[in-house]
Amino acid sequence: MARYIARRLLWVAVLLFLVSLVTFVIFYVFPTADPAQLRAGRHASPAQVEQIRHRMGLDKPLLVQFGNYLRDIFTKGDFGYSYVNEQPVKELILARVPATISVAVGASILWLFFGVLVGVISAVRRRSKLDRTAMGLALVGISAPEYWLGLVALYLFADDIGLIPLFGSANSYVPITSDPFQWFNSLILPWSVLAISFAAFYSRLLRGNLLEVMGEDYIRTARAKGLTERRVVLKHGLRSALTPIVTVFGMDLGLLLGGAVLIEVVFNIPGVGRQAYDAILRADLPMIQGTVLLGAFFIIFANLVVDIVYAFLDPRVRYE
Amino acid sequence: MAPLLEIKDLKVSFDTDDGVVHAVDGVSWSIEPGKTLGIVGESGSGKTVGGLSLLGLTRSARTEISGEAIFDGRNLLDLSDEELRSVRGGPISMIFQDPLSSLHPYFRVGSQIVEAIQAHQKLSDAEARDRAIELLGLVGIPDPALRVDSWPHEFSGGMRQRAMIAMALANEPKLLIADEPTTALDVTVQAQVLDLLDRLRNELGMAMVIITHDLGVVAQTADEIAVMYAGRLVERASAEELFSAPQHPYTWGLLRSIPRLDSPPGEPLIPIDGRPPSLINRPTGCAFAPRCPYAGPSCLVEPPALTPAGGVDHSAACVLDVSARAKAWKALAAGGGPDDAKGILGVES
Ligand SMILES: Nc1ncnc2c1ncn2[C@@H]1O[C@H](COP(=O)(O)OP(=O)(O)OP(=O)(O)O)[C@@H](O)[C@H]1O
Ligand SMILES: [Mg+2]
Repeated sequence: MARYIARRLLWVAVLLFLVSLVTFVIFYVFPTADPAQLRAGRHASPAQVEQIRHRMGLDKPLLVQFGNYLRDIFTKGDFGYSYVNEQPVKELILARVPATISVAVGASILWLFFGVLVGVISAVRRRSKLDRTAMGLALVGISAPEYWLGLVALYLFADDIGLIPLFGSANSYVPITSDPFQWFNSLILPWSVLAISFAAFYSRLLRGNLLEVMGEDYIRTARAKGLTERRVVLKHGLRSALTPIVTVFGMDLGLLLGGAVLIEVVFNIPGVGRQAYDAILRADLPMIQGTVLLGAFFIIFANLVVDIVYAFLDPRVRYE
Repeated sequence: MAPLLEIKDLKVSFDTDDGVVHAVDGVSWSIEPGKTLGIVGESGSGKTVGGLSLLGLTRSARTEISGEAIFDGRNLLDLSDEELRSVRGGPISMIFQDPLSSLHPYFRVGSQIVEAIQAHQKLSDAEARDRAIELLGLVGIPDPALRVDSWPHEFSGGMRQRAMIAMALANEPKLLIADEPTTALDVTVQAQVLDLLDRLRNELGMAMVIITHDLGVVAQTADEIAVMYAGRLVERASAEELFSAPQHPYTWGLLRSIPRLDSPPGEPLIPIDGRPPSLINRPTGCAFAPRCPYAGPSCLVEPPALTPAGGVDHSAACVLDVSARAKAWKALAAGGGPDDAKGILGVES
């Protein structure tokens, strides 16, 4: 197991290297804008732009720039400076991480809870009106675009523009450390919107898994032992039906921790997703690199964690 | 002696999208305490469904169950789900065909047995665990105190079936229903498991129903044998009588299709031609008629009922003449072909 983890960690490093290389190349081949030009402003002369380009190191060959970037990361833990305000990328991003974690973790608790709850009820009451309604709604939840749901939620419930002003509006996010209540209030809508699409997907997934599992021979054994139906479903059935969901959940959470771009943009939450979005608009390569690397790190790391957790959940799985 | 369990006219049908499947269609049998009954029949004849239905394990909105199953003075088919639950794994327990898939892969063997114990007895975790170890020892698992913490996948097929048996014995059942307990096992292991079941039945004084498609499996252990075909019983007799003087052409077919210790070396095994009928649209007459070499027009009128056939408590569901059948079997057993039997039975070839 330890050797397996070590090998996987090595892969994490290799993958992150590849991700940053690809980001670098994409940015050069398809720049969203010319960083030197943006930096110099609209009225700068071509000479001034070139001078700025030189100062930013953007006139050096691509490989040299990439080499310097990696060297700074490994020697100084330095991820470069934002082209826009010359602040260190690392600090800028770390400042945004708590908001993103707040969004991702809160939403994931909600969707896991409701996804599993609805999935179990639907499976147990298969083909009932309740099941049909829940699964119909779930299909809507899966198909509805997140930003659209977000806007609808704001127009319905936000306490500034909403028809029924109940919860915090866009732009109302504050760190938990400064005002826990407002933090919570501001996140209710983004959490719910994010959770709706995920819960919809999870409930359908779990329902399917559980129905399949309930046909297994070992479920018949559990019933034949004289266990209560509740125990058969919630212990024997759910234990099997949930295991594959752990994988999906780990990946989804990993993805979101890298920034829930749409939600953060719609609700104007100062998270990493919003930051990446802004960085792309401003052709701020070091920031793009930083946020992409963070996102990639979470995804790759989640993958690793999921595989390790799986070995604990399924005793038949052994890594060597 | 009063029967321990008495089944009368059990019918189980499933409403499926293709039509109503009459899986069990009017079956009656009974078993006395401490005895072994073998229920034999081809795949799909309704053996498993019959067993499961006694414990309410086929109950659903699309299943129709009727008849009686009197156990301890109560009709099992009338009990509420909750009342039945206390019967399952308690006074009546059941083990299944495929031990590889019958244990939950994510729980340790011991904990699955402990769960069975605690479903019926108020024992602490430690007491239940001790009892689980004792049970594993009883069914012949070596090092039970160690193996109690094994995962199912660490057990061989035979050991898993032993663990299933241990689980079934957890609450000292009066009746054990073993549904093809050895079908999925290697031949040598099959014999061991059968021996074990017979020894345990004897030691614990319980009764046992062994469901199988293989007459050889119940040849040694069963006191009585019931032969099932397409959801009905076609013959019932003591094991001795069934092997020495079978009365139903289907039973003849079964007997001639299995190797026997007393059969001369090199004697060919004769499979029964054809396939079982659809359980959705049953033939009007005897369900076996389409495959029966001796069937005549009288077989196609209505499904024959079980009627006395020779020996004590021996009955068969066949319209052909009883004594002619007895002679026909003698001819077959003496090595004759179906044509000899046809002559005796008065059916033209
Ligand atoms: N839940 C169900 N719904 C519909 N049909 C069913 C159901 N369960 C069993 N059947 C059908 O009932 C018939 C009898 O099945 P059963 O499992 O009792 O056969 P069996 O005699 O045990 O055969 P085998 O030797 O294959 O175990 C089969 O045709 C089967 O397809
Ligand atoms: Mg069966």
